[in-house]
Amino acid sequence: MARSAFPMPGKRFVIGVPYVWLFIFFFLPFLILFYISFVDMGSDISPFKPIWDTTTGVLKLKYENYGSIFRTGADGALFKTLYIEAYFRSIWYAFCTAVLCLLIGYPFAYFIARSKPGIRPALLMMVMLPFWTSFLLRVYAWKGILADQGIVNQLLMGLGITSEPKQMLYTNVSMLIGMTYVYLPFMVLPLYANLVKMDFRLLEAAYDLGASPFKAFWLVTVPLSKAGIIAGFMLVFIPALGEFVIPSLLGGPENVMIGRVVWDEMFTSNNWPRATALAVVMIGLIIVPLAIYYHYSGDAADNKK
Amino acid sequence: MADPSDKSGYLVTEKLVKKFDEAVAVDEVSLSIDQGEIFALLGSSGCGKSTLLRMLAGFESPTSGRIMLGGQDVAGLPPYERPINMMFQSYALFPHLDIWENVAFGLKREGLPRVEVKQRVGEMLDLVQLGAYSKRKPHQLSGGQQQRVALARSLAKRPKLLLLDEPLGALDKKLREQTQFELVNIIEKVGVTCVMVTHDQEEAMTMANRIAVMSKGRVLQVGSPEDVYEHPKNRFVADFIGNVNMFDGRLTLDEVDRCAATTGIGVIHVGHGVSGSLNMPLAIAVRPEKIEISKQRPDITMNIFTGQVKEIAYFGSYNTYIVQASDGTKVKIMEANTSRQELSDITWEDQVYFWWGDRSAIVLRD
Repeated sequence: MARSAFPMPGKRFVIGVPYVWLFIFFFLPFLILFYISFVDMGSDISPFKPIWDTTTGVLKLKYENYGSIFRTGADGALFKTLYIEAYFRSIWYAFCTAVLCLLIGYPFAYFIARSKPGIRPALLMMVMLPFWTSFLLRVYAWKGILADQGIVNQLLMGLGITSEPKQMLYTNVSMLIGMTYVYLPFMVLPLYANLVKMDFRLLEAAYDLGASPFKAFWLVTVPLSKAGIIAGFMLVFIPALGEFVIPSLLGGPENVMIGRVVWDEMFTSNNWPRATALAVVMIGLIIVPLAIYYHYSGDAADNKK
Repeated sequence: MADPSDKSGYLVTEKLVKKFDEAVAVDEVSLSIDQGEIFALLGSSGCGKSTLLRMLAGFESPTSGRIMLGGQDVAGLPPYERPINMMFQSYALFPHLDIWENVAFGLKREGLPRVEVKQRVGEMLDLVQLGAYSKRKPHQLSGGQQQRVALARSLAKRPKLLLLDEPLGALDKKLREQTQFELVNIIEKVGVTCVMVTHDQEEAMTMANRIAVMSKGRVLQVGSPEDVYEHPKNRFVADFIGNVNMFDGRLTLDEVDRCAATTGIGVIHVGHGVSGSLNMPLAIAVRPEKIEISKQRPDITMNIFTGQVKEIAYFGSYNTYIVQASDGTKVKIMEANTSRQELSDITWEDQVYFWWGDRSAIVLRD
């Protein structure tokens, strides 16, 4: 694009404001976080020590905050710590949540995108409607549904499928149900935005060339909605990775997620440096998939006109 | 089995009807199209031509009627099981696939061996002269090139019937003229039977062997381009194909080899008889290019009228005059610009004579 001959101060302002906002409220706190992750633990009053030794004035980086994430003790086995376990568990469940959201959300978004233009706003509204009630309230509602005396168990017993309540709450299943439920709109909306732009005459062209409806969907619709799939996947995966509330309320006590671990280090052990180191590693874990996403969304943009 | 040398009636529609709720989009269309023929469905938007084409392709199922292709009723088959391929108006090339994959798409669905797919895609790309572009994505090609890819893709499966939906509609005027001939050449080379839809009469007349003029879901006339132009059956066809002056009047003379009608501008003589009763209302249609114009009275007694020049439009290769006759009727006259001098002395508000031969007019009864 050609550079405008007339500089527009308004344009800079409009772009500048969010950048300033992100700089002050995201980048600076991140630097503080990064700083704390390299210092020594402090006392109750000041939870971390300054990075330089106040008596000698020597700069001292404490790499051990990171080291302890990856191995127990100085000679322990690499990657066998509770932290690594919690990371992998978080990644796995975030991945499962994103896959479930995709499986449920794709038909959903496809249906809305192919419905009559007049009723699409109403259908989209129904996707977003849950946001109007408190997030906590909705998660607590799932407690009521999945509890031993909850609706599902009563129904199962009423139908004679089980004689006694099945444990559903405080398991990985209940946690996945809660996360999938909460994050579903984040999958549906980008998928819808993508699918609604699709030229459905391309499907007719595929039928015309001998593709059955299923083949046409698989060979045309799915590849063309790749950008939407990746966007939705990332929008679900990334927040689900650090999710703290849902696993705490619906998940089991034995399977601790990384969000919970950071919280415990911060407020129970009062070990701010380790908590921040855990957080920094997690940011790294998020940036890698993000970089992949931007790489592919660049490809997808190439495919369009 | 039918005689294989008999190419007539290869594609037949029998009383084909399509209703959307209560609106009738296609109304009892019965057509018979020969093998190897290029057949055009011509009409303005909303006349049902696209719905008819979509029924042939299988995207719409007929409310009633049959579609016979090579003796087989295909009306019940889904589009992916019909030996029919379509070139879409928007081309509908798959944007995520390169040119080679676009052309190969249909062949791969047939489950042809890889070697054969490769060979046939190569043949098709050579046919449309795009062999060098096989690795490009559709958006990297020009409109004309995309059109050729779309053609190659729809021919790759060697369909029994090729459908063209406004084949030149997306191209600009200059490219359209050149592409018309290219397209016809390729189709004739392949020898495929072809049904095209267009709203552009010029496109239909240059490309098609026969034309069906459609209006309000019905076929009004089927014939060769010369036929529908020189012998339109009714007012709509006369008016839709080309320009025409229409003079309403009543039949006042009816003999075996001639007839005459009294119209607003005067008595018009026509060099053939009509079957009808005296005094019945009819219209005389005269094409603007068949009318002569001059300031000097020629030595002619029949079909000559006077009027005043109201408009002159210069189109380069021909001039158009709008002449107002004594009763107020406006007559459009087109004269080819064959010499540099002759016509230029006619200007606005001049009194002129205009006339035509008695074989130039067409009698239209409805």
